[in-house]
Amino acid sequence: MPAAADVDLDRAWGLDRQVALRPEPFGALAYHFGTRRLSFLKSRVLLDVVETLEQHSSAREACHAAGVGVDELPRYERALGSLAQAGMIRPREEL
Amino acid sequence: MSAIAGAVGRLVDHFESGLDAPICLTWELTYACNLACVHCLSSSGRRDPRELTTSECKALIDELQRLQVFYVNIGGGEPTVRGDFWELVEYATAHQVGVKFSTNGSRITDEVAARLAASDYVDVQVSIDGATAEINDAVRGRGSYATAVRAMERLASAGFVGFKLSVVITRENAAQLDEFKAIADRYRAQLRLTRLRPSGRGADVWDRLHPTAAQQREVYDWLVAHGEQVLTGDSFFHLSGFGQPLPGLNLCGAGRVVCLIDPVGDVYACPFAIHDEFLAGNVRAPGGFTHVWRDSELFLDLRRPQSGGACASCGLFDKCRGGCMAAKFFTGLPVDGPDPECVLGHGERLLAARGDAPAPRPSVDMSRRRPRRARGKALSIADVGALPARPCDESPVAGTSIG
Repeated sequence: MPAAADVDLDRAWGLDRQVALRPEPFGALAYHFGTRRLSFLKSRVLLDVVETLEQHSSAREACHAAGVGVDELPRYERALGSLAQAGMIRPREEL
Repeated sequence: MSAIAGAVGRLVDHFESGLDAPICLTWELTYACNLACVHCLSSSGRRDPRELTTSECKALIDELQRLQVFYVNIGGGEPTVRGDFWELVEYATAHQVGVKFSTNGSRITDEVAARLAASDYVDVQVSIDGATAEINDAVRGRGSYATAVRAMERLASAGFVGFKLSVVITRENAAQLDEFKAIADRYRAQLRLTRLRPSGRGADVWDRLHPTAAQQREVYDWLVAHGEQVLTGDSFFHLSGFGQPLPGLNLCGAGRVVCLIDPVGDVYACPFAIHDEFLAGNVRAPGGFTHVWRDSELFLDLRRPQSGGACASCGLFDKCRGGCMAAKFFTGLPVDGPDPECVLGHGERLLAARGDAPAPRPSVDMSRRRPRRARGKALSIADVGALPARPCDESPVAGTSIG
Protein backbone atom coordinates (compact mmCIF):
# COMPACT_ATOMS: atom_id res chain seq x y z
CA MET A 1 0.00 0.00 0.00
CA PRO A 2 1.31 3.43 -0.87
CA ALA A 3 2.42 5.51 2.06
CA ALA A 4 1.21 9.04 2.66
CA ALA A 5 4.81 10.15 2.19
CA ASP A 6 4.41 9.59 -1.55
CA VAL A 7 2.88 12.99 -1.96
CA ASP A 8 4.03 16.27 -0.48
CA LEU A 9 0.86 18.32 -0.10
CA ASP A 10 2.79 21.55 -0.03
CA ARG A 11 4.31 21.06 -3.46
CA ALA A 12 2.75 21.98 -6.77
CA TRP A 13 1.40 18.96 -8.66
CA GLY A 14 -0.19 18.25 -12.02
CA LEU A 15 -1.67 15.50 -14.12
CA ASP A 16 0.82 13.56 -16.22
CA ARG A 17 0.53 14.54 -19.88
CA GLN A 18 -0.25 10.97 -20.89
CA VAL A 19 -3.17 10.56 -18.53
CA ALA A 20 -6.82 10.83 -19.51
CA LEU A 21 -9.65 11.19 -17.02
CA ARG A 22 -13.18 9.94 -17.62
CA PRO A 23 -15.80 11.12 -15.14
CA GLU A 24 -18.09 8.38 -13.81
CA PRO A 25 -20.94 8.45 -11.28
CA PHE A 26 -18.60 7.08 -8.58
CA GLY A 27 -15.74 9.45 -9.40
CA ALA A 28 -13.59 8.84 -12.42
CA LEU A 29 -11.40 6.45 -14.33
CA ALA A 30 -7.84 7.54 -14.94
CA TYR A 31 -5.85 5.87 -17.68
CA HIS A 32 -2.15 6.30 -18.34
CA PHE A 33 -1.37 5.71 -22.01
CA GLY A 34 2.32 5.19 -21.33
CA THR A 35 2.14 2.62 -18.55
CA ARG A 36 -1.30 1.34 -19.65
CA ARG A 37 -2.42 1.46 -16.05
CA LEU A 38 -5.96 2.15 -14.99
CA SER A 39 -6.74 3.81 -11.67
CA PHE A 40 -10.07 4.47 -10.04
CA LEU A 41 -10.81 7.81 -8.46
CA LYS A 42 -13.44 6.90 -5.95
CA SER A 43 -15.09 10.26 -5.46
CA ARG A 44 -16.14 13.24 -7.55
CA VAL A 45 -14.34 15.51 -5.10
CA LEU A 46 -11.09 13.67 -5.73
CA LEU A 47 -11.68 14.14 -9.46
CA ASP A 48 -12.13 17.83 -8.80
CA VAL A 49 -8.87 17.96 -6.85
CA VAL A 50 -6.93 16.10 -9.54
CA GLU A 51 -8.36 18.19 -12.38
CA THR A 52 -7.52 21.45 -10.68
CA LEU A 53 -4.07 20.56 -9.29
CA GLU A 54 -2.40 22.68 -11.94
CA GLN A 55 -4.35 25.78 -11.04
CA HIS A 56 -3.01 25.79 -7.51
CA SER A 57 0.39 26.36 -6.00
CA SER A 58 0.09 23.27 -3.82
CA ALA A 59 -1.94 20.08 -3.56
CA ARG A 60 -3.16 21.28 -0.18
CA GLU A 61 -4.60 24.38 -1.76
CA ALA A 62 -6.28 22.32 -4.48
CA CYS A 63 -7.89 20.12 -1.81
CA HIS A 64 -9.05 23.14 0.10
CA ALA A 65 -10.54 24.77 -3.00
CA ALA A 66 -12.41 21.54 -3.79
CA GLY A 67 -13.98 21.64 -0.35
CA VAL A 68 -11.98 18.88 1.33
CA GLY A 69 -12.26 19.40 5.11
CA VAL A 70 -9.29 19.17 7.46
CA ASP A 71 -10.49 15.86 8.90
CA GLU A 72 -10.79 14.38 5.39
CA LEU A 73 -7.37 15.54 4.30
CA PRO A 74 -5.45 12.39 5.31
CA ARG A 75 -7.72 10.30 3.07
CA TYR A 76 -7.06 12.59 0.15
CA GLU A 77 -3.36 12.59 0.90
CA ARG A 78 -3.34 8.80 0.68
CA ALA A 79 -5.34 8.85 -2.53
CA LEU A 80 -3.03 11.41 -4.13
CA GLY A 81 -0.11 9.34 -2.88
CA SER A 82 -1.28 6.28 -4.72
CA LEU A 83 -1.91 8.32 -7.85
CA ALA A 84 1.61 9.72 -7.59
CA GLN A 85 3.00 6.24 -7.14
CA ALA A 86 1.16 5.09 -10.26
CA GLY A 87 2.64 8.02 -12.18
CA MET A 88 -0.78 9.57 -12.76
CA ILE A 89 0.20 12.86 -11.12
CA ARG A 90 3.68 14.37 -10.92
CA PRO A 91 5.39 17.28 -9.20
CA ARG A 92 4.77 20.28 -11.47
CA GLU A 93 8.45 20.84 -12.27
CA GLU A 94 8.67 17.28 -13.68
CA LEU A 95 5.83 17.77 -16.13
CA MET B 1 -5.31 0.01 -9.28
CA SER B 2 -6.47 2.06 -6.38
CA ALA B 3 -7.10 5.53 -5.24
CA ILE B 4 -9.21 6.88 -2.45
CA ALA B 5 -9.68 4.41 0.39
CA GLY B 6 -7.77 1.36 -0.77
CA ALA B 7 -9.38 -1.75 -2.15
CA VAL B 8 -11.70 -1.92 -5.13
CA GLY B 9 -14.50 -3.22 -2.92
CA ARG B 10 -17.40 -0.80 -3.07
CA LEU B 11 -16.70 0.03 -6.69
CA VAL B 12 -17.95 -3.36 -7.74
CA ASP B 13 -21.50 -2.16 -7.06
CA HIS B 14 -21.04 0.64 -9.58
CA PHE B 15 -19.59 -1.73 -12.12
CA GLU B 16 -22.46 -4.17 -11.69
CA SER B 17 -24.94 -1.49 -12.61
CA GLY B 18 -22.88 -0.56 -15.67
CA LEU B 19 -20.87 2.44 -16.82
CA ASP B 20 -21.66 5.07 -19.48
CA ALA B 21 -19.05 3.44 -21.69
CA PRO B 22 -17.03 0.25 -21.40
CA ILE B 23 -13.69 0.37 -19.56
CA CYS B 24 -12.21 -1.76 -22.25
CA LEU B 25 -13.66 -3.35 -25.25
CA THR B 26 -12.69 -6.24 -27.45
CA TRP B 27 -12.90 -5.65 -31.16
CA GLU B 28 -12.44 -8.62 -33.41
CA LEU B 29 -11.44 -6.93 -36.67
CA THR B 30 -11.74 -9.98 -38.88
CA TYR B 31 -12.68 -13.63 -38.72
CA ALA B 32 -9.89 -14.35 -41.20
CA CYS B 33 -7.01 -16.29 -39.70
CA ASN B 34 -3.97 -18.08 -40.99
CA LEU B 35 -4.11 -20.52 -38.08
CA ALA B 36 -6.92 -22.85 -37.07
CA CYS B 37 -6.50 -23.22 -33.30
CA VAL B 38 -8.71 -25.99 -32.00
CA HIS B 39 -10.04 -23.86 -29.14
CA CYS B 40 -10.60 -20.61 -31.08
CA LEU B 41 -13.15 -18.61 -29.08
CA SER B 42 -14.51 -16.95 -32.22
CA SER B 43 -14.48 -19.98 -34.57
CA SER B 44 -12.29 -17.97 -36.92
CA GLY B 45 -10.88 -18.98 -40.26
CA ARG B 46 -12.55 -17.29 -43.20
CA ARG B 47 -13.18 -13.61 -43.74
CA ASP B 48 -16.79 -12.50 -43.56
CA PRO B 49 -17.53 -10.47 -46.70
CA ARG B 50 -19.74 -8.14 -44.65
CA GLU B 51 -16.77 -7.02 -42.51
CA LEU B 52 -16.80 -3.35 -41.48
CA THR B 53 -15.06 -1.26 -44.13
CA THR B 54 -12.09 0.95 -43.38
CA SER B 55 -14.27 4.05 -43.19
CA GLU B 56 -16.81 2.30 -40.96
CA CYS B 57 -13.96 1.25 -38.65
CA LYS B 58 -12.70 4.82 -38.52
CA ALA B 59 -16.17 6.15 -37.74
CA LEU B 60 -16.38 3.62 -34.91
CA ILE B 61 -13.01 4.78 -33.58
CA ASP B 62 -14.31 8.38 -33.64
CA GLU B 63 -17.25 7.21 -31.57
CA LEU B 64 -15.02 5.38 -29.10
CA GLN B 65 -12.96 8.55 -28.75
CA ARG B 66 -16.10 10.54 -27.94
CA LEU B 67 -17.02 7.90 -25.33
CA GLN B 68 -13.48 8.04 -23.90
CA VAL B 69 -12.91 4.35 -24.27
CA PHE B 70 -9.22 4.49 -23.40
CA TYR B 71 -8.16 1.44 -25.30
CA VAL B 72 -9.44 -1.44 -27.35
CA ASN B 73 -8.25 -5.01 -27.39
CA ILE B 74 -8.07 -5.84 -31.04
CA GLY B 75 -8.23 -9.48 -32.02
CA GLY B 76 -9.82 -11.74 -34.56
CA GLY B 77 -9.09 -13.94 -36.32
CA GLU B 78 -5.60 -12.68 -36.93
CA PRO B 79 -6.15 -8.93 -37.09
CA THR B 80 -2.91 -8.18 -38.93
CA VAL B 81 -4.14 -9.96 -42.07
CA ARG B 82 -6.52 -7.07 -42.71
CA GLY B 83 -4.94 -4.90 -45.37
CA ASP B 84 -5.83 -1.74 -43.44
CA PHE B 85 -4.71 -3.04 -40.04
CA TRP B 86 -1.81 -0.62 -39.50
CA GLU B 87 -3.83 2.25 -40.91
CA LEU B 88 -6.54 1.57 -38.32
CA VAL B 89 -4.03 1.22 -35.49
CA GLU B 90 -2.52 4.56 -36.42
CA TYR B 91 -5.93 6.16 -36.74
CA ALA B 92 -6.97 4.89 -33.30
CA THR B 93 -3.83 6.05 -31.52
CA ALA B 94 -4.05 9.45 -33.23
CA HIS B 95 -7.55 9.73 -31.75
CA GLN B 96 -6.67 8.90 -28.13
CA VAL B 97 -7.86 5.32 -28.39
CA GLY B 98 -5.00 3.08 -27.31
CA VAL B 99 -4.63 -0.32 -28.93
CA LYS B 100 -3.61 -3.66 -27.60
CA PHE B 101 -3.74 -6.25 -30.32
CA SER B 102 -3.48 -10.02 -30.16
CA THR B 103 -1.46 -11.82 -32.75
CA ASN B 104 -0.02 -15.21 -33.53
CA GLY B 105 3.15 -13.32 -34.46
CA SER B 106 3.23 -14.23 -38.12
CA ARG B 107 3.40 -10.63 -39.32
CA ILE B 108 5.77 -9.22 -36.72
CA THR B 109 8.74 -8.49 -38.95
CA ASP B 110 11.81 -6.61 -37.68
CA GLU B 111 10.43 -3.46 -39.22
CA VAL B 112 7.02 -3.88 -37.56
CA ALA B 113 8.68 -4.68 -34.24
CA ALA B 114 10.71 -1.48 -34.40
CA ARG B 115 7.63 0.58 -35.19
CA LEU B 116 5.70 -1.00 -32.32
CA ALA B 117 8.55 -0.47 -29.88
CA ALA B 118 8.52 3.23 -30.72
CA SER B 119 4.83 3.73 -29.91
CA ASP B 120 3.53 4.37 -26.41
CA TYR B 121 -0.02 3.83 -27.49
CA VAL B 122 0.22 0.35 -28.95
CA ASP B 123 0.63 -2.84 -26.99
CA VAL B 124 1.06 -6.31 -28.43
CA GLN B 125 -0.04 -9.64 -27.15
CA VAL B 126 1.58 -12.74 -28.65
CA SER B 127 -0.30 -15.98 -28.11
CA ILE B 128 1.19 -19.35 -27.29
CA ASP B 129 -0.63 -22.20 -25.62
CA GLY B 130 2.28 -24.42 -24.72
CA ALA B 131 5.71 -23.67 -23.25
CA THR B 132 7.06 -26.23 -25.70
CA ALA B 133 6.41 -26.57 -29.43
CA GLU B 134 4.89 -30.00 -28.93
CA ILE B 135 2.17 -28.86 -26.55
CA ASN B 136 1.58 -25.53 -28.29
CA ASP B 137 1.42 -26.88 -31.82
CA ALA B 138 -1.07 -29.60 -30.88
CA VAL B 139 -3.56 -26.81 -30.20
CA ARG B 140 -2.44 -23.97 -32.48
CA GLY B 141 -1.02 -25.87 -35.45
CA ARG B 142 2.39 -26.99 -36.64
CA GLY B 143 4.99 -24.25 -36.79
CA SER B 144 2.97 -21.83 -34.70
CA TYR B 145 5.29 -22.05 -31.69
CA ALA B 146 8.34 -21.19 -33.77
CA THR B 147 6.44 -18.31 -35.36
CA ALA B 148 5.44 -16.88 -31.98
CA VAL B 149 8.95 -17.25 -30.55
CA ARG B 150 10.42 -15.50 -33.57
CA ALA B 151 7.97 -12.62 -33.07
CA MET B 152 8.92 -12.35 -29.39
CA GLU B 153 12.62 -12.32 -30.29
CA ARG B 154 12.00 -9.52 -32.77
CA LEU B 155 9.98 -7.46 -30.29
CA ALA B 156 12.62 -7.94 -27.61
CA SER B 157 15.51 -7.01 -29.88
CA ALA B 158 13.61 -3.93 -31.04
CA GLY B 159 13.51 -2.88 -27.38
CA PHE B 160 9.78 -3.39 -26.81
CA VAL B 161 9.62 -3.90 -23.06
CA GLY B 162 6.49 -5.24 -21.45
CA PHE B 163 4.60 -6.67 -24.39
CA LYS B 164 2.26 -9.47 -23.38
CA LEU B 165 2.70 -13.19 -23.72
CA SER B 166 -0.81 -14.59 -23.69
CA VAL B 167 -1.61 -18.15 -22.71
CA VAL B 168 -4.90 -20.03 -22.44
CA ILE B 169 -4.52 -22.54 -19.63
CA THR B 170 -5.38 -26.08 -20.66
CA ARG B 171 -5.07 -29.53 -19.17
CA GLU B 172 -1.94 -29.99 -21.32
CA ASN B 173 -0.10 -26.84 -20.29
CA ALA B 174 -1.33 -26.27 -16.72
CA ALA B 175 1.89 -27.80 -15.39
CA GLN B 176 4.00 -25.34 -17.41
CA LEU B 177 3.13 -22.09 -15.64
CA ASP B 178 6.68 -21.59 -14.33
CA GLU B 179 8.03 -22.21 -17.81
CA PHE B 180 5.65 -19.67 -19.34
CA LYS B 181 6.79 -17.15 -16.76
CA ALA B 182 10.42 -17.89 -17.62
CA ILE B 183 9.73 -17.35 -21.33
CA ALA B 184 8.00 -14.04 -20.60
CA ASP B 185 10.92 -12.95 -18.39
CA ARG B 186 13.43 -13.93 -21.06
CA TYR B 187 11.82 -11.52 -23.55
CA ARG B 188 11.06 -8.86 -20.94
CA ALA B 189 7.39 -9.50 -21.59
CA GLN B 190 4.52 -9.76 -19.15
CA LEU B 191 2.69 -13.05 -18.79
CA ARG B 192 -1.06 -13.06 -19.28
CA LEU B 193 -2.97 -16.21 -18.40
CA THR B 194 -6.58 -16.71 -19.35
CA ARG B 195 -9.20 -19.32 -18.89
CA LEU B 196 -10.21 -21.83 -21.55
CA ARG B 197 -13.87 -21.23 -22.31
CA PRO B 198 -16.18 -23.57 -24.18
CA SER B 199 -16.78 -20.74 -26.67
CA GLY B 200 -16.45 -20.99 -30.45
CA ARG B 201 -14.50 -24.11 -31.40
CA GLY B 202 -13.54 -24.28 -27.74
CA ALA B 203 -16.89 -26.01 -27.23
CA ASP B 204 -15.59 -29.00 -29.19
CA VAL B 205 -12.47 -29.49 -27.09
CA TRP B 206 -13.45 -28.13 -23.69
CA ASP B 207 -14.31 -31.53 -22.18
CA ARG B 208 -10.89 -32.82 -23.04
CA LEU B 209 -8.78 -29.70 -22.57
CA HIS B 210 -10.18 -27.79 -19.62
CA PRO B 211 -8.02 -28.16 -16.50
CA THR B 212 -8.93 -30.91 -14.05
CA ALA B 213 -10.22 -30.00 -10.60
CA ALA B 214 -6.78 -30.68 -9.13
CA GLN B 215 -5.13 -28.48 -11.76
CA GLN B 216 -7.56 -25.65 -11.05
CA ARG B 217 -6.44 -25.65 -7.44
CA GLU B 218 -2.79 -25.53 -8.56
CA VAL B 219 -3.55 -22.70 -10.97
CA TYR B 220 -5.27 -20.75 -8.19
CA ASP B 221 -2.31 -21.21 -5.82
CA TRP B 222 0.10 -20.18 -8.55
CA LEU B 223 -1.91 -17.06 -9.34
CA VAL B 224 -2.08 -16.10 -5.66
CA ALA B 225 1.68 -16.57 -5.34
CA HIS B 226 2.38 -14.35 -8.37
CA GLY B 227 -0.20 -11.67 -7.61
CA GLU B 228 -0.25 -8.63 -9.87
CA GLN B 229 2.91 -9.64 -11.75
CA VAL B 230 0.73 -11.82 -13.93
CA LEU B 231 -2.27 -10.53 -15.87
CA THR B 232 -5.44 -12.58 -16.11
CA GLY B 233 -8.07 -10.31 -17.65
CA ASP B 234 -10.09 -11.21 -14.56
CA SER B 235 -10.45 -14.70 -16.05
CA PHE B 236 -10.26 -16.77 -12.93
CA PHE B 237 -12.63 -15.18 -10.45
CA HIS B 238 -14.60 -18.43 -10.50
CA LEU B 239 -11.66 -19.90 -8.54
CA SER B 240 -11.69 -17.23 -5.82
CA GLY B 241 -13.78 -19.56 -3.66
CA PHE B 242 -10.56 -21.47 -2.93
CA GLY B 243 -9.44 -18.69 -0.58
CA GLN B 244 -8.52 -15.04 -0.92
CA PRO B 245 -9.90 -13.20 -3.96
CA LEU B 246 -7.56 -13.01 -6.94
CA PRO B 247 -6.37 -9.57 -8.08
CA GLY B 248 -8.97 -7.83 -10.23
CA LEU B 249 -12.60 -6.91 -10.02
CA ASN B 250 -13.87 -10.43 -9.41
CA LEU B 251 -17.10 -10.01 -11.26
CA CYS B 252 -18.53 -10.86 -14.64
CA GLY B 253 -18.09 -7.67 -16.63
CA ALA B 254 -20.26 -8.76 -19.58
CA GLY B 255 -22.32 -5.81 -20.80
CA ARG B 256 -21.34 -3.88 -17.68
CA VAL B 257 -17.71 -2.91 -18.16
CA VAL B 258 -16.74 -4.95 -21.23
CA CYS B 259 -18.25 -6.10 -24.49
CA LEU B 260 -17.30 -7.44 -27.90
CA ILE B 261 -17.64 -5.84 -31.31
CA ASP B 262 -17.31 -8.51 -33.98
CA PRO B 263 -16.01 -8.05 -37.55
CA VAL B 264 -19.47 -7.29 -38.99
CA GLY B 265 -20.25 -4.81 -36.21
CA ASP B 266 -22.39 -7.05 -34.05
CA VAL B 267 -22.08 -6.18 -30.37
CA TYR B 268 -22.04 -9.07 -27.90
CA ALA B 269 -21.96 -8.97 -24.12
CA CYS B 270 -18.45 -10.41 -24.01
CA PRO B 271 -15.81 -11.95 -26.30
CA PHE B 272 -16.74 -15.42 -25.12
CA ALA B 273 -20.44 -15.11 -25.83
CA ILE B 274 -20.86 -15.11 -29.60
CA HIS B 275 -24.45 -16.32 -29.59
CA ASP B 276 -27.78 -14.69 -30.45
CA GLU B 277 -28.72 -14.83 -26.76
CA PHE B 278 -25.94 -12.36 -26.01
CA LEU B 279 -26.24 -10.20 -29.11
CA ALA B 280 -27.14 -6.66 -28.08
CA GLY B 281 -27.23 -4.92 -31.48
CA ASN B 282 -25.06 -3.73 -34.35
CA VAL B 283 -22.91 -0.62 -34.67
CA ARG B 284 -24.29 -0.03 -38.19
CA ALA B 285 -27.80 0.56 -36.85
CA PRO B 286 -29.04 4.08 -36.05
CA GLY B 287 -27.50 5.36 -32.83
CA GLY B 288 -24.38 3.28 -33.41
CA PHE B 289 -22.39 1.64 -30.68
CA THR B 290 -23.36 4.22 -28.07
CA HIS B 291 -27.02 3.36 -28.40
CA VAL B 292 -26.31 -0.37 -28.15
CA TRP B 293 -24.14 0.09 -25.07
CA ARG B 294 -26.51 2.44 -23.25
CA ASP B 295 -29.95 1.30 -24.30
CA SER B 296 -30.00 -2.27 -25.55
CA GLU B 297 -32.44 -4.44 -23.67
CA LEU B 298 -29.85 -7.16 -23.17
CA PHE B 299 -27.25 -4.89 -21.60
CA LEU B 300 -29.79 -3.15 -19.39
CA ASP B 301 -30.91 -6.57 -18.24
CA LEU B 302 -27.35 -7.71 -17.49
CA ARG B 303 -26.91 -4.60 -15.31
CA ARG B 304 -29.89 -5.35 -13.10
CA PRO B 305 -29.14 -6.96 -9.75
CA GLN B 306 -28.63 -10.69 -10.25
CA SER B 307 -30.29 -13.10 -7.88
CA GLY B 308 -27.53 -15.70 -7.81
CA GLY B 309 -30.11 -18.39 -8.59
CA ALA B 310 -29.10 -21.82 -7.36
CA CYS B 311 -25.88 -20.33 -5.97
CA ALA B 312 -27.54 -17.65 -3.83
CA SER B 313 -27.43 -19.71 -0.64
CA CYS B 314 -23.80 -20.80 -1.11
CA GLY B 315 -21.32 -19.34 1.35
CA LEU B 316 -18.81 -18.72 -1.44
CA PHE B 317 -21.17 -16.78 -3.71
CA ASP B 318 -19.73 -13.43 -2.67
CA LYS B 319 -16.35 -14.58 -3.92
CA CYS B 320 -17.10 -16.31 -7.22
CA ARG B 321 -20.48 -14.69 -8.01
CA GLY B 322 -21.52 -17.81 -9.83
CA GLY B 323 -18.60 -17.70 -12.24
CA CYS B 324 -18.60 -17.17 -15.99
CA MET B 325 -21.87 -16.77 -17.86
CA ALA B 326 -20.41 -17.94 -21.18
CA ALA B 327 -18.82 -21.03 -19.61
CA LYS B 328 -22.17 -22.01 -18.19
CA PHE B 329 -24.14 -21.27 -21.33
CA PHE B 330 -21.95 -23.17 -23.75
CA THR B 331 -21.75 -26.22 -21.50
CA GLY B 332 -25.54 -26.27 -21.34
CA LEU B 333 -25.80 -25.23 -17.69
CA PRO B 334 -28.30 -22.63 -16.43
CA VAL B 335 -26.68 -19.19 -16.37
CA ASP B 336 -28.01 -18.53 -12.87
CA GLY B 337 -26.40 -21.66 -11.44
CA PRO B 338 -22.85 -22.80 -10.71
CA ASP B 339 -19.93 -22.45 -13.09
CA PRO B 340 -18.92 -25.75 -14.77
CA GLU B 341 -15.61 -25.43 -12.90
CA CYS B 342 -17.21 -24.51 -9.55
CA VAL B 343 -14.59 -25.10 -6.85
CA LEU B 344 -17.12 -27.05 -4.80
CA GLY B 345 -17.79 -29.42 -7.69
CA HIS B 346 -21.43 -28.39 -8.15
CA GLY B 347 -20.85 -27.66 -11.83
CA GLU B 348 -19.23 -31.00 -12.47
CA ARG B 349 -22.18 -32.80 -10.89
CA LEU B 350 -24.64 -30.86 -13.02
CA LEU B 351 -22.62 -31.61 -16.15
CA ALA B 352 -22.61 -35.31 -15.29
CA ALA B 353 -26.36 -35.19 -14.81
CA ARG B 354 -26.82 -33.54 -18.21
CA GLY B 355 -25.17 -36.50 -19.90
CA ASP B 356 -25.05 -36.08 -23.68
CA ALA B 357 -27.84 -33.52 -23.99
CA PRO B 358 -26.70 -31.01 -26.65
CA ALA B 359 -25.42 -27.64 -25.47
CA PRO B 360 -26.03 -24.37 -27.40
CA ARG B 361 -23.72 -23.85 -30.38
CA PRO B 362 -22.10 -20.53 -31.27
CA SER B 363 -24.11 -18.41 -33.72
CA VAL B 364 -21.10 -17.70 -35.92
CA ASP B 365 -18.73 -20.28 -37.37
CA MET B 366 -16.21 -19.10 -39.92
CA SER B 367 -13.97 -22.17 -39.55
CA ARG B 368 -12.32 -23.16 -42.78
CA ARG B 369 -13.89 -26.23 -44.31
CA ARG B 370 -11.50 -26.65 -47.17
CA PRO B 371 -7.75 -27.13 -47.49
CA ARG B 372 -5.75 -23.96 -47.07
CA ARG B 373 -4.57 -23.75 -50.66
CA ALA B 374 -8.15 -23.30 -51.84
CA ARG B 375 -8.40 -20.07 -49.93
CA GLY B 376 -8.21 -16.57 -51.35
CA LYS B 377 -4.93 -14.80 -51.88
CA ALA B 378 -5.66 -12.10 -49.32
CA LEU B 379 -5.06 -14.49 -46.46
CA SER B 380 -1.84 -16.12 -47.52
CA ILE B 381 1.03 -15.50 -45.18
CA ALA B 382 4.43 -16.56 -46.30
CA ASP B 383 6.00 -16.13 -42.92
CA VAL B 384 4.11 -18.73 -40.97
CA GLY B 385 5.91 -21.80 -42.25
CA ALA B 386 4.40 -25.19 -42.79
CA LEU B 387 0.81 -25.45 -41.69
CA PRO B 388 -1.40 -28.47 -41.92
CA ALA B 389 -3.53 -28.80 -45.03
CA ARG B 390 -6.41 -29.43 -42.70
CA PRO B 391 -6.36 -28.41 -39.08
CA CYS B 392 -7.59 -31.82 -38.02
CA ASP B 393 -4.69 -33.64 -39.64
CA GLU B 394 -2.22 -32.33 -37.15
CA SER B 395 -4.06 -32.10 -33.91
CA PRO B 396 -4.83 -34.96 -31.59
CA VAL B 397 -7.61 -32.92 -30.03
CA ALA B 398 -9.37 -31.62 -33.11
CA GLY B 399 -12.36 -33.53 -34.36
CA THR B 400 -13.71 -34.40 -30.96
CA SER B 401 -17.18 -33.07 -30.38
CA ILE B 402 -19.58 -32.77 -27.52
CA GLY B 403 -22.37 -31.41 -29.71
